[in-house]
Amino acid sequence: METVGLFPVLAVSAALFAIGVAGVLTRRNALIVFMSVELMLNAVNLSFVAFARENLAVDGHVFTVFVMAVAAAEAAVGLALVILLFRNRVTVDLDDLDLLKG
Amino acid sequence: MTQPVLFYFFSLVAVVSALLVVTARNPISSALALVVCFFGLAADYVLLDAHFVAVIQVLVYAGAIMVLFIFVIMLLNLREPGGPILDLSRRALLGVAAAGLLGVGLIVGLEHVTGGTMPQVPGDFGTIAQVGAAIFQPDSRWLLPFEVVSVLLTVAVIGAVVLAKREI
Repeated sequence: METVGLFPVLAVSAALFAIGVAGVLTRRNALIVFMSVELMLNAVNLSFVAFARENLAVDGHVFTVFVMAVAAAEAAVGLALVILLFRNRVTVDLDDLDLLKG
Repeated sequence: MTQPVLFYFFSLVAVVSALLVVTARNPISSALALVVCFFGLAADYVLLDAHFVAVIQVLVYAGAIMVLFIFVIMLLNLREPGGPILDLSRRALLGVAAAGLLGVGLIVGLEHVTGGTMPQVPGDFGTIAQVGAAIFQPDSRWLLPFEVVSVLLTVAVIGAVVLAKREI
């Protein structure tokens, strides 16, 4: 069966990562920034799976599972932080959080 | 013949919905576009013979994590912000330029990747049995990391409860 090459998969991964970076840099809503971070993690997962397929090594799949576990932990703690933030400041706009700015 | 076509189709779905995630004004639209993106990526994983990862992608990402996101968005009940859709502030332009530069640089840097198609897979590649054996066989490198991840998840759950609870 004919398969796709390594280059297109890695190109898609790079595109998704760049879109995630654009989201983190331009958006001010904390929730959307979080989603952009998830997008970047998924882009990395796609390259892990692509290289696992290329080298026929299943370790890439194992590592992808670890990345997903870390993403789940990050989402749980991050969203708890957002709720705490909203309770104290009634905003999730990252521009309003300038307490550490001198 | 069909596999590359399917891969390009699902990759296009993933990239377009990723663009929607970043450009949508309403966080709910963003979250739903992200779910579509995760499903597109899961289809890509299937086409790359990563069956277990594809199932986990749908269960954990599109299921658990996105439900958490949507739950928090609805809990906060955010109003849609006003202002123009096309944000032309200096920061937005700089951010898009930096990200575009990064994307182009990454793709240009890939030109040394060997072309051609990937090797044929053995029949059981990427199945749950094989991934499980890779983690749990006696001389596996991933056994300790696996246990550490379970500790990490416990810490994260406790941390989330401590953070979000009003009075402990």
